[in-house]
Amino acid sequence: MPAVSKGDGMRGLAVFISDIRNCKSKEAEIKRINKELANIRSKFKGDKALDGYSKKKYVCKLLFIFLLGHDIDFGHMEAVNLLSSNKYTEKQIGYLFISVLVNSNSELIRLINNAIKNDLSSRNPTFMCLALHCIANVGSREMAEAFASEIPRILVAGDTMDSVKQSAALCLLRLYKTSPDLVLMGEWTSRVVHLLNDQHMGVVTAAISLITCLSQKNPDEFKTCVSLAVSRLSRIVSSASTDLQDYTYYFVPAPWLSCKLLRLLQCYPPPEDGAVKGRLVECLETILNKAQEPPKSKKVQHSNAKNAILFEAISLIIHYDSEPNLLVRACNQLGQFLQHRETNLRYLALESMCTLASSEFSHEAVKTHIETVINALKTERDVSVRQRAADLLYAMCDRSNAKQIVAEMLSYLETADYSIREEMVLKVAILAEKYAVDYSWYVDTILNLIRIAGDYVSEEVWYRVIQIVINRDDVQGYAAKTVFEALQAPACHENMVKVGGYILGEFGNLIAGDPRSSPLVQFNLLHSKFHLCSVPTRALLLSAYIKFINLFPETKATIQEVLRCDSQIRNSDVELQQRAVEYLKLSSIASTDVLATVLEEMPPFPERESSILAKLKKKKGPGAVSVTELEDSKREGGELNGGGDRGPDTAAMAASNASTPSPSADLLGIRSAAPVGAAPASAGSLLVDVFSEAGPIAPSAAVNDDGFLRFVCKNNGVLFENQLLQIGIKSEYRQNLGRMYLFYGNKTSVQFASFTTTVSCPGELQSHILSMHLCTKPVEPLVEGGAQIQQVLNIECLTDFSDAPLLNIKFRYGGALQNLTLKLPVTINKFFQPTEMTSSDFFQRWKQLSQPQQEAQKIFKANHSMDTEVLKAKLLGLGTALLDNVDPNPENYVCAGVIQTKGQQVGCLLRLEPNAQAQMYRLTLRCSKDSVSRRLCELLAEQF
Amino acid sequence: MFSLISSFQMQFMLLFSRQGKLRLQKWYVPLSDKEKKKITRELVQTVLARKPKMCSFLEWRDLKIVYKRYASLYFCCAIEDQDNELITLEIIHRYVELLDKYFGSVCELDIIFNFEKAYFILDEFLLGGEAQETSKKNVLKAIEQADLLQESFDEQLHSVLTTVTDTL
Repeated sequence: MPAVSKGDGMRGLAVFISDIRNCKSKEAEIKRINKELANIRSKFKGDKALDGYSKKKYVCKLLFIFLLGHDIDFGHMEAVNLLSSNKYTEKQIGYLFISVLVNSNSELIRLINNAIKNDLSSRNPTFMCLALHCIANVGSREMAEAFASEIPRILVAGDTMDSVKQSAALCLLRLYKTSPDLVLMGEWTSRVVHLLNDQHMGVVTAAISLITCLSQKNPDEFKTCVSLAVSRLSRIVSSASTDLQDYTYYFVPAPWLSCKLLRLLQCYPPPEDGAVKGRLVECLETILNKAQEPPKSKKVQHSNAKNAILFEAISLIIHYDSEPNLLVRACNQLGQFLQHRETNLRYLALESMCTLASSEFSHEAVKTHIETVINALKTERDVSVRQRAADLLYAMCDRSNAKQIVAEMLSYLETADYSIREEMVLKVAILAEKYAVDYSWYVDTILNLIRIAGDYVSEEVWYRVIQIVINRDDVQGYAAKTVFEALQAPACHENMVKVGGYILGEFGNLIAGDPRSSPLVQFNLLHSKFHLCSVPTRALLLSAYIKFINLFPETKATIQEVLRCDSQIRNSDVELQQRAVEYLKLSSIASTDVLATVLEEMPPFPERESSILAKLKKKKGPGAVSVTELEDSKREGGELNGGGDRGPDTAAMAASNASTPSPSADLLGIRSAAPVGAAPASAGSLLVDVFSEAGPIAPSAAVNDDGFLRFVCKNNGVLFENQLLQIGIKSEYRQNLGRMYLFYGNKTSVQFASFTTTVSCPGELQSHILSMHLCTKPVEPLVEGGAQIQQVLNIECLTDFSDAPLLNIKFRYGGALQNLTLKLPVTINKFFQPTEMTSSDFFQRWKQLSQPQQEAQKIFKANHSMDTEVLKAKLLGLGTALLDNVDPNPENYVCAGVIQTKGQQVGCLLRLEPNAQAQMYRLTLRCSKDSVSRRLCELLAEQF
Repeated sequence: MFSLISSFQMQFMLLFSRQGKLRLQKWYVPLSDKEKKKITRELVQTVLARKPKMCSFLEWRDLKIVYKRYASLYFCCAIEDQDNELITLEIIHRYVELLDKYFGSVCELDIIFNFEKAYFILDEFLLGGEAQETSKKNVLKAIEQADLLQESFDEQLHSVLTTVTDTL
């Protein structure tokens, strides 16, 4: 039984709770509960009307059962009845039950709202508070509809009791969060802001939460709150600890209100009024000074409350980021906390310093604490504190200390908790790349990473090292030598084998001069790992072997023998078997020249953001990587030619397909296994992979498609030009792949800031036609006056499509934000392969495509010159073969081609019949896919 | 530098025992019952697994958890990323002080048997996840007034009489 039973003890409830506690098993408990539920149900259904007390007791029992985790499906009506009781405790229990158990779409909401309405107009402050609490607890849209206009009135009315004002303020806040559209402050705004001046501290404490939230949404309307908040803060900060009576908490005056005031100020820039600003700086200095004073109490509550204010003040200082003196003082204060005996303070100091590290004023000051932070990483007993230390090291890293920090993080990794290893690996990989001055250090670091924490090295990390090695010829020899040495270890991680296989396959020749790493030694070393590896790694090794045959003809016999053995050529895994068969065949029938072309060294990867950074951001959420850091990496990312997300194997093979369109390129057949193909197919949508996710296009800019149609029959030219900006395009297409270079030229003499481009696909493309895979590298955020920057888009056509992707460009010119959306001239005809055929073949095919929907026809007026040479140039530009001597009428033009998509090939025949006298054309298209006929017909009708 | 989305709004508060029994739950954001149960299960497990000297804060999903143990009970609050951990720790302490003052050296049993009171006190102190009244006197005054407001003698008598039927 309880030690005390205050007020309205309900004996029956206490007995029931005791019973439940005495249950020896879960089954017994359920049995007891079911018995009670049956009892309550019969009472509620019984003929005898229950008195208020019994109703209250049973409703309370139901609540208790619900809070134990059981479902309750009755009793709501009885609870609603309690609301209209004029006995306070009955009403109170009714409201409690409703707050906990009624969800917003309940049918009872109308009855509940009625009861609330009565209580709100009762002028009885305790009843009003109960009703307001209930609204704040349920906070449903229906309640907002019913009360959003009433509550502001209660809040600012002169005769409202303080306690009711407090509840009204927070109740309104809750409704504003649920339904901002229904809470209109309008005429009340100024009176609400002036609650900051209220004499009652409790009213200020409650009102400020509301004001802060409203200020975030409507900063201009509420901006008078800044000076009021500063003067209130100033009065609190300078008050003696006894001035505020019960609002002083362990000798700290009004800590909650102080924190809220400092938080409110963080919604605004520093005050413009010099006097207000001076007063605020004084407050902040006083808060920092107080941190140095001896504590007024040894209680932890005293120091917590004091430091809560201090940390909030530091947040404000960081938010302003304009007072170097305060920033450095803040940093020194946090530096002291780094060695504090309270774990909580060490944790918070590490966390807060992370944000200080990204301010230019305090970055250097943060760096002076490097030894303490490294020590924390090594000695803290709580993993969450170590995690903060690792975060801070990452944030304070720059060129000057990168080697030390990376070394420390690597050595920490050996013993790090499993929970944070993956993130640590990503961080080390990013820092190593970002601050690499010599790339041999970078290669060493990543290989160490694989050695120490191979299991946690995600694909992005090892893809990235390969991309960088391929793009930088000064490090290739070193990389080959280092992986060769690393592979000597008797047990090395599979990721090491992958990197080793790839790099030796590309650059093994650079170390082949040394007899200790002769071609055969290299091959034997790699092959000794083969049998221990998983299928994807084996597949990669097979590709390395065929590359060896090209690099070192003397290994051909040995490797062919390996490929020929049953375990390869008859491997049960389709992918491995296919590679073995194809490579064997390729090596035996292709001439050295063909082999050299097919197995040429991989071309450099297009520059783009590190995929590792993207992964870290995804893992940690946007807050994890501070803003400046992101910008840094964008700026510095350019120095390292990074590759795409797709991983070297698939991306490289795709690239080689594109650059060597020889028939044997198909023979490699590796693309079939490439994950790239699989992902979009299942996603069923147009994939656009830009720097960040392709956000929705800013609605302000109408799509400009003037330039679009001019590019149907040509690939290069100026897509767009205005007084500020010129956008040029160069593009090339091979089979179903394309690459588009976009050139952004700043025509002014002023810098463009925050220059971002986003490529996206309009809804329809995404919903049913799966068409392209675009990948781009982000452009630099700053474009100097007169400068031109370049962006590359890789395009893969997966199936046919009609819509065009959109390019959105945003930048700041002077103060104004420019926003522009263009249609990118990627049209289905870009993927044409011309097909030559004889007259009879043509007409035979023509007849085969005779279903009505396969044909699209249009008769239209000539818009341009009907000159033969011009027309021929256009038709050739279309991408098809222009067939002579096919049509019996020599005036007519016929063309044939095959559109190459990833999934299928679409044969297309075209006939254009000019009528010079009428200045008209008749255009007929027949394609094996009807959507293609229609689309081509639409596109071409505008061209002639 | 930041985009601020909250002003100390607490997402939820849980009280649970060392054995992992939930004693009080207060949710300030709308969640389904299923989600609530899932969160509770996960958090109770996470917090109970921590050692005594560890830091009172931890990152959990995209929230921060602030917790403190008082005797056999853990008080555990979820706040948003930008919120102030220390002041939340003192919110917990102030709530404990309120319970303590009201019940007179509060223990777990008081909260079990008078759970409704624990909710009422919390509602006077925090509303919608924000501090409503931080003065201990004012909160207790509100609660005690309510206690005095009603109970007439005959109700007390009634409760004694009905005990018999309740226990059957």
